[in-house]
Amino acid sequence: MNEQHSAPDAAIVVHDLTRRFGSFVAVNAISFSVARGEVFGFLGANGAGKTTAIRMLTGLLLPTSGEATVAGYDVYRQPDEIRRHIGYMSQRFSLYEDLTVEENIELFGGIYGLSDQRIEERTRELLDGLGLRDVRRRLVGGIPLGWKQKLAFSVALIHNPDIVFLDEPTGGVDPVTRRQFWEMIYTTAAAGTTVFVTTHYMDEAEYCDRVSVMVDGRIAAMGAPAELRRQYGVATFDDVFLRLARPSAA
Amino acid sequence: MNPVVVHDLAKRFGDTTALDGLSFDVNDAELFGFIGPDGAGKTTLFRILVTLILPDAGTAHVLGLDVVRDLWAIRARVGYMPGRFSLYPDLSVRENLEFFASVFGSTVEEAADVIAPIWRQIEPFRDRRAAALSGGMKQKLALCCALVHRPDILLLDEPTTGVDAVSRREFWDLLAELKASGLTIVVSTPYMDEASRCDRVALVQHGKILEIAEPGVIGARYPRPLLSVRAARRHELLQALRQFPHAYSVFPFGADVHYADARTDAVPAAIAGELAAWLASRGFPDARAEPIPAGVEDVFMSLMGAPGDEVAA
Repeated sequence: MNEQHSAPDAAIVVHDLTRRFGSFVAVNAISFSVARGEVFGFLGANGAGKTTAIRMLTGLLLPTSGEATVAGYDVYRQPDEIRRHIGYMSQRFSLYEDLTVEENIELFGGIYGLSDQRIEERTRELLDGLGLRDVRRRLVGGIPLGWKQKLAFSVALIHNPDIVFLDEPTGGVDPVTRRQFWEMIYTTAAAGTTVFVTTHYMDEAEYCDRVSVMVDGRIAAMGAPAELRRQYGVATFDDVFLRLARPSAA
Repeated sequence: MNPVVVHDLAKRFGDTTALDGLSFDVNDAELFGFIGPDGAGKTTLFRILVTLILPDAGTAHVLGLDVVRDLWAIRARVGYMPGRFSLYPDLSVRENLEFFASVFGSTVEEAADVIAPIWRQIEPFRDRRAAALSGGMKQKLALCCALVHRPDILLLDEPTTGVDAVSRREFWDLLAELKASGLTIVVSTPYMDEASRCDRVALVQHGKILEIAEPGVIGARYPRPLLSVRAARRHELLQALRQFPHAYSVFPFGADVHYADARTDAVPAAIAGELAAWLASRGFPDARAEPIPAGVEDVFMSLMGAPGDEVAA
């Protein structure tokens, strides 16, 4: 068996990936692939299995069966390699609130094994890129949520990962900052980093190159948002989601 | 007296101003929404209204009672759902409900008619531990628990945050049903699209009310001509529209781009023609522009000003 890592064409390849908890099948034989530099929206209702799938793809949870490679690494055998080559941010946990902006950047740089010189360079780049130089000595707990989320995103990119996983990154963020956040996503993807993102804002589904919608552990639909709207004959992605998640109601 | 009367309410936490002089009334049997992002002051306001914290200045009356002097009387009569899930994860659905009823010296049976529409939806899970419910179901259970002592007013702090789009819709259907029965409901949300489910909304940011109005008329307050523009390459379209000499603001809105023109008196139909011609010359022959009425999110973004202000504050 060839365990060598070579630059893959697809950032994520998933085939029949399954995870059971006792008799409950949280993720039921899902298959998809995400191209390098793609913005992929991973949607689904609460409890549909998204979080379990993400935990498997980020090397935090072993699958029951099926296959998946992330950045070319196998989720069963190379979870440590996966974690080194991906970035992750969520709405709930991303940064240490009682460290300053600058300390957070340095801490995560250290965790990802960047050299002191590299950490210094990246800190400068991030602070200037985000316009946060003036608040670099402020505790993260004291800066507005929108800024926190932009900083968390940048920190998730500090080691130049192949793929970044964003779990509800814009929850509760004001409408202007939410759109600026998506500009950052586009810039990141244009530079070649694959973006894997979840959201409950259905307008944001439209900002993805492709989306998948999970229902009861399975991927019920996948494609470009406009394609899915056409396929279901509806005007907004909100309605696509409603048809899939509550077929009886639509 | 209206069920909620608030005048010049202010609250600081250290250097942070959470509420900066809020005034508003909620009418009887009204579904009143506070719409704004995290950090707008919504939670602080709700905590003052349910007597969990004291205001620094100003007055607030709930059901005619003063939130500072009459706290015990208020507590018995309000149904409160905090933003953070606060039921007992190790108790079952039914046990949680019974617990909250008993705290108020009541029983689930005494509230049967009030909770009926919600109980129908969660009953299939009655023996499941609360921790094992999906996000949408947890919120329905929390709503049920907030109602089980037959309150005269409901105060729901971000009940739909983190809840998927379909479960959110179902939750608002339940609120509409409760409102129809005559209950006064005050609810907060960061989701602008939920404004349309309220009788009136207050748009809030940085502890201030930007606007109070019925959601249907709030769009009329938008100060500029607004157009929806669509073309195949949306991201490039955004950049191109920002270069248009009269562009005031350009924001993506789902599949469309909303363009506001800086010329407040210009005729929208004429702008549509100008934009189409200009975009065609810039490599967007398929671009379509049409005047649209502003929605709540457009109004909110227009009122909140430059987002860069935030960090300087």
